[in-house]
Amino acid sequence: MSTMIPAPAQPARGIRPAQSKTPKAPLAQRESPFARGGALIVMGVFTLYFLVPIWWLLVAASKNRSQFNTTNPLWFADFSLFENIGNLVAYRDGVYLKWMLNSALYAGGGAAIGTIIAGMCGYALAKYRFPGRELIFNVVLGGVLVPATALALPLFLIFSQISLTNTFWSVFLPSLVSPFGVYLARIYASASVPDELIEAARLDGAGEVRTFFTVSVRMMVPALVTVFLFQFVAIWNNFFLPLIMLRDETLFPVTLGLYAWNSQVNQIPVLRDYVLIGALLSIIPLIIIFLLLQRFWRNGLSAGSVK
Amino acid sequence: MSAPAASLTDAPGRAARPSKSRDRKPRAPKVRVQHTGAILAFVLPFGILFGLFYLVPIGYAIYESLLVIKREGTFGAATEVFGGFSQYILVFQNGPFWQSIGRVLMFGVVQVPIMLGLALLFALLLDSPLLRGKRFFRLAFFVPYAVPGVIAAIMWGYLYSPNLSPFSAVTENVNFLSADLVLWSIANVVTWVYVGYNMLIIYSALLAIPTELYEAARLDGAGQMRIAWSVKIPLIMPAIVLTAIFSIIGTLQLLAEPQVFRSFSSAVTSTFTPNLTVYTTSSIPNVNLAAAFSVVLAVATFILSFTFLKFTQRKEAK
Repeated sequence: MSTMIPAPAQPARGIRPAQSKTPKAPLAQRESPFARGGALIVMGVFTLYFLVPIWWLLVAASKNRSQFNTTNPLWFADFSLFENIGNLVAYRDGVYLKWMLNSALYAGGGAAIGTIIAGMCGYALAKYRFPGRELIFNVVLGGVLVPATALALPLFLIFSQISLTNTFWSVFLPSLVSPFGVYLARIYASASVPDELIEAARLDGAGEVRTFFTVSVRMMVPALVTVFLFQFVAIWNNFFLPLIMLRDETLFPVTLGLYAWNSQVNQIPVLRDYVLIGALLSIIPLIIIFLLLQRFWRNGLSAGSVK
Repeated sequence: MSAPAASLTDAPGRAARPSKSRDRKPRAPKVRVQHTGAILAFVLPFGILFGLFYLVPIGYAIYESLLVIKREGTFGAATEVFGGFSQYILVFQNGPFWQSIGRVLMFGVVQVPIMLGLALLFALLLDSPLLRGKRFFRLAFFVPYAVPGVIAAIMWGYLYSPNLSPFSAVTENVNFLSADLVLWSIANVVTWVYVGYNMLIIYSALLAIPTELYEAARLDGAGQMRIAWSVKIPLIMPAIVLTAIFSIIGTLQLLAEPQVFRSFSSAVTSTFTPNLTVYTTSSIPNVNLAAAFSVVLAVATFILSFTFLKFTQRKEAK
């Protein structure tokens, strides 16, 4: 397995992104118009494939019930999106907002704390020599290959022994662990935090922990943002763990809540509207986060994938 | 997997410090570990949580899977007693479970190559000088990754349904939710969500290749196709292998999408995928058998991704 680890010295390359490639632009003129047209058609067709479902969701969420089946499904009728959102939020004392808030807490809190502890561990594995270091790293790397879903059932059994199922913590605590985060943080730290810098901080009399939080963390920002993002998405999308742990509706994350509504659509038809509007709203936070942090995570990603 | 898991159970918490005492004997010149306190402060928070929420559950699942429920008479109190491998015998005799394994393997053999093939094609196009508007395409293709699997499945469930779909001309004639097609309808949902994500990983690897490497090939008159095939793809093989392994793991663990599709299609049974079987069995409740299912599934996942890794590495070495 250790063969999967990129040699710590190499990935420095990966950290430097596209700039070196920009001068390629003038060469583009040389390519045949045929090949360029073909490329554009392929990408255009697949743009439709990727975006039309979301477009449909937006259009469907903006219609009132009577127009849903009777008007063009891919174009707006009377625009009642905000009215629909108002109804959704008011439904059952605002349980949908509660779900969104839960998701934000599980994913935001879990990813923030998880990133810090994964960053510290990866940093220590990269920058200090101590016995057992490789063992720890290999165990953690094995953890990357253990899917979170495989752990959901045993976690449920353990939490039920100590009567912690159906609590906020039963979903929050397991979400803090990100083996992939440790892996990425280690690779990135060994490539981008110079030993001389840590040495200099030591000479200045700064403690090790303080050096990490004031000096090293700054150099690791792209990796840490990447870890944060992917853990945020993983927790936001997590389904099995909340499904198996939670009974109380007020603790649900938004995915589980919408799932629960969707499976009752046949009994309570009005839920169909709420499911569609809720689905649309639930995507927006992730899209915003990805857009805001683009610059960071694209650099961080390349560090992880380069060998 | 039981052997390594057992020996590793107490590793992360302890390992930072204690292997010192073990290592010291064989290796004569003792090197003092500096900054022990700081190392512990850095490693322990993750180590403890990793132990509690990764290693302990793995151990506990194995332990539970070795127990059986015994009752005194028909209505007596149930007690858990050690049952050896009897749950595993049940697992291996369980027809629906192996059918579900076969189903996700078939799913993976078809869906993973299609998804990664598309991701590679898009990444190469983004990296080639053939395309304009790269920022737009990169973003547009990545957007579905922001849609949680559950939500994507709900959305596509409506898109497939015969009467609600915006493409009712198609869905009235082809039943995407029928027993024959529903597996591939789910495959489409998974592909839709993850192509962009895999594309970005591969694209990042492409960006890291020094341009000089294929400028030389260009001067020799190689076209874009040739450069992609002979220069770029071999160099980004590690990234492709990485995405393949994560896709294989994801396929064996399929749960959210089929679980959602159960409310759209009666063809998705409660044992449609291995993880659905685990969930269904645990809610009977028969936790010991469910634990045994989990262990077998985790071992199968591990073996498959590990074999794939070794296999591709040997091919690369040639």
